[in-house]
Amino acid sequence: MIELSQIEKVYDSPSGPVPALKGINLRIERGEIYGIIGLSGAGKSTLIRCINMLERPTKGKVIVDGKDMTAMNERELRQARKNIGMIFQHFNLLSSATVYDNIAFPLRLVHMDEKEVRAKVEPLLELVSLKEKAQQYPSQLSGGQKQRVGIARALASEPKVLLCDEATSALDPQTTKAILELIRDINQKLALTVVVITHEMQVIRDICDKVAVIENGVIAEEGSVLEVFTNPREPITKEFISVQMSNELPAAFRGGEISQEPVAGRPLLVRLTFIGESADDPVIAGLIKNSNAEISILFGNIDQIKNTPYGRMIIGITGQPADIEQALAYLQQRDLRIEVIGYVARHDRAAS
Amino acid sequence: MSPDMTALLLKALGETVRMVVIAMLAASVIGIPLGVLLVTTARHQILECVPFNRILAGVVNAVRSIPFIILMVAIIPVTRLIVGTSIGTTAAMVPLTIAAIPFIGRQVETSLREVPEGIIEAALSMGASPLQIIWHVYLPEAMPGIISQLTTVIIGLVGASAMAGAIGGGGLGDLAIRYGYQRFRPEVMLATVIVLIILVQVVQFAGNTIARRLNKK
Ligand SMILES: Nc1ncnc2c1ncn2[C@@H]1O[C@H](COP(=O)(O)OP(=O)(O)O)[C@@H](O)[C@H]1O
Ligand SMILES: [Mg+2]
Repeated sequence: MIELSQIEKVYDSPSGPVPALKGINLRIERGEIYGIIGLSGAGKSTLIRCINMLERPTKGKVIVDGKDMTAMNERELRQARKNIGMIFQHFNLLSSATVYDNIAFPLRLVHMDEKEVRAKVEPLLELVSLKEKAQQYPSQLSGGQKQRVGIARALASEPKVLLCDEATSALDPQTTKAILELIRDINQKLALTVVVITHEMQVIRDICDKVAVIENGVIAEEGSVLEVFTNPREPITKEFISVQMSNELPAAFRGGEISQEPVAGRPLLVRLTFIGESADDPVIAGLIKNSNAEISILFGNIDQIKNTPYGRMIIGITGQPADIEQALAYLQQRDLRIEVIGYVARHDRAAS
Repeated sequence: MSPDMTALLLKALGETVRMVVIAMLAASVIGIPLGVLLVTTARHQILECVPFNRILAGVVNAVRSIPFIILMVAIIPVTRLIVGTSIGTTAAMVPLTIAAIPFIGRQVETSLREVPEGIIEAALSMGASPLQIIWHVYLPEAMPGIISQLTTVIIGLVGASAMAGAIGGGGLGDLAIRYGYQRFRPEVMLATVIVLIILVQVVQFAGNTIARRLNKK
C-alpha cells in the first residue's frame, strides 16, 4: 500500500543543511497498522509527512496505492491526498467551525452538495460517538473529543490510508487507550491502512502489527511487534522496551536498575501474559507448589480485548539461581507468554 | 446651541461618516488581499514567492512611512486625475483610501499570522488548494482578529479625516477648525470634540461586539 524507497530529506536552515532522513526504505501492506517509533528529533514527523508530500523528499520515491507521489504536480497531489487522511498531535481543528462543519470540511472542498454532506457526516459522528456535540465548537471539547473530531474529519473523504502523527501524545493514558481502540476499530471495519508515529512503546504494543524503530534519520530495526518485543536487537529498541516495561512496574521498582545477570538480594521480575482459556489456569498456585523459589505478585491486571480475557501479571522470583531456573522452566511449560524483565533493584528498601 | 449650528454639526458628521465609510470600503478591497498576499507569499507559505513578498512589503512600508498630511498634498495630482477635483469631501477620500490600504494590509497580515500553522497543514493534508485555504481557513479563522484590527483602522481614519479638513475636505475636523478656531467659537469646538468621541466609542463598541461574537476560541 505504501512503499518508501531510498528516502532522503535535507532541510535548509540558517545554520546549514540538516539531514533529517538518510535513506529510508519501508513497505507497508494494505490493512496493516504500522508503527514508527523514535525519540524526539529522530525524523518521525518528517517521514510521515513525506508519505503525503507535505514535505517533499530531497531524494527517493514514495508510492501510495500504486501511485508515485514524488512524480506528481500540485494538482495531482491534491487529488491523491484525498486518499490519505491525517491526524495530528494538536488536533488542528478549525476553531471557527462546529464539530459538524469540521468533519464536513473535506467534503465541502470538493463542492459536495449539503444533502450528501449530511449523509456522510452523520454516520461519522456516530462512529466517533459525538452525535450530541455536532453543533459545539472545538473549544468546548476535551482533548479526546477533539481527536475524535480529527479522526472523523480524516475519514470523511473515505481514504485508504490514515496517518497519525503523535495522535495520542497530548492525551492522558485513559483517553489514549480509548483513541487507540477507536483507531484499531476503524482499521478493522474499514480495512484502512494506518501509519502510527509515536515515541511511546505502549502505543506500538497496544495497536500495531508491525513496527519500525527510527534513530537519527535511519531505520534501526523493523519487524512484527511480537518479534521486535521478544527479540530486540538494537540498543535503541531495548531502551524503548525497558522504558515501557518500567512504566508498568510497581512503584518500588520503577526506574530501578535492571540487570540480566543474577544479583544477590534482587528478585527476578517476570511478566506473565494470559490470553483466553489460560487465564483460568491456576498457574501461580502450581508454581508455588512446584518450586523452591519464593514467589511474590507485584502487579496484576485483567482486561478484555474483544471478549477475550487478557491478563497481565508481574511476579518477583527470589531464591537460589537453580531454584529460579526451575521456576522459569515450570512457567515455560504453561500456556502463557512470559517475558523476563531482569533482576531489578527496589529502591524503597535500599537503606535497610 | 442654535439650530443652524446643530444642522452644521449633523452635516459635518455625515461628511465624516461618508469619507470614512467609503475610504474604508475602497481600501479594504485592496488592503485585505494585500494582507493575504503578505502572509501567503512569504517563505514556506502556501503561495511562496519571496522576491514578490519583499517588493510588496517594501512598498507597504514606504507608503506607511509618509505622514498623512504630506501624503494628502503630495498626491493632489493623482486625486485630481481620479475624482476630477482636489477640494471637497470626495477629493479627501482619495488620500484617505491610499493611506488606509497599507495600514489594512499590515493589520490583516498580523491577524492571519496568528492562524496556527498546523491548521493550514491539516487543510493541505485534505487536498485543499491555496485559494480554498485562504477562503475557508485563513479568513474565517482570523476573522475576529481582522475585525478588531479593522476597527483600529476605522478609528485611525476618523482622525485622518479631520486632517482632511485642511484641504477643504469638510467633515467634523473642518468644522472645528473653521468655526471653533478661526471664528473663535469654543462651543462649536467642544461640540465637535464630543461628537468625535462618541463616534469613536460607537465604532469601538461595535467592533468589539462583532469580534467577540465571532470568536469561538
Ligand atoms: N522545517 C525544518 N527546518 C529545518 N530543520 C527541520 C525542520 N523540520 C524538522 N527539522 C529537523 O529535522 C530533524 C527531524 O525532525 P522531525 O521529523 O520533526 O523529528 P520527530 O518528529 O521525530 O521529533 C530534527 O533534527 C529537526 O530539527
Ligand atoms: Mg514530531
